[in-house]
Amino acid sequence: MDDLILRTVARVLVPLVQLCGLAIIAYGHVSPGGGFAGGTVLAAGFVLYALAFGQEALDRRLPERTARTAESLGAAWFAVLGLVGLAAGRNYLANVLPPGSPGRLLSGGIIALVTAGVGLKVAATMVTLFRRLMGGEGGERP
Amino acid sequence: MILVLIGVALLGVAVELPPFGERAVPSWNEVARHYLDRSLNETGASSVVAGIITDYRGFDTLGEVTVLFTAVTALLVVLEGRSRP
Repeated sequence: MDDLILRTVARVLVPLVQLCGLAIIAYGHVSPGGGFAGGTVLAAGFVLYALAFGQEALDRRLPERTARTAESLGAAWFAVLGLVGLAAGRNYLANVLPPGSPGRLLSGGIIALVTAGVGLKVAATMVTLFRRLMGGEGGERP
Repeated sequence: MILVLIGVALLGVAVELPPFGERAVPSWNEVARHYLDRSLNETGASSVVAGIITDYRGFDTLGEVTVLFTAVTALLVVLEGRSRP
């Protein structure tokens, strides 16, 4: 699709949408939101970009290989983070970092780190689902 | 016909659901009170929901992430297989 209005609006909107997604992920432990919601918003930015500029443009900005790496990295990060609890002599996925002062960005122990991993994972999942269901042949083969 | 029967049964159950905000239900027990009273001090997260899903029930969320991973893997298997001869 090649539409001037869509492209102009998307050029302004995509950074704002993605910034909003990142903010929702980063403040997941302070305010409503979190990895799942923020990751979806972040992916919606990529989807809007692909709809406005075409899948080839998305493939250049975010190659499928990168999305797949982010996918695995997000899940693995979560699982490995759980081992930190074991290493500290507590349960798997125990919150070993100090809670900090509630309401600040640096609080909640490992919750922010877990949320970041989940957000990365969900965003990559959404983009991959979109790309595959759109029948994108542009994705590189593994 | 079967769908209508299932729908009528579900509607009959829905009538029996407790009203929103009702306290005399089995799910309002010491667990919910524990979360509301202590999650701020125990996890340091001012969002109680975040404290529950990533701290108290972190293992459950890990399973959820695994579900997403499996879904994408299955999708890639199906669609990659179709595009090849």
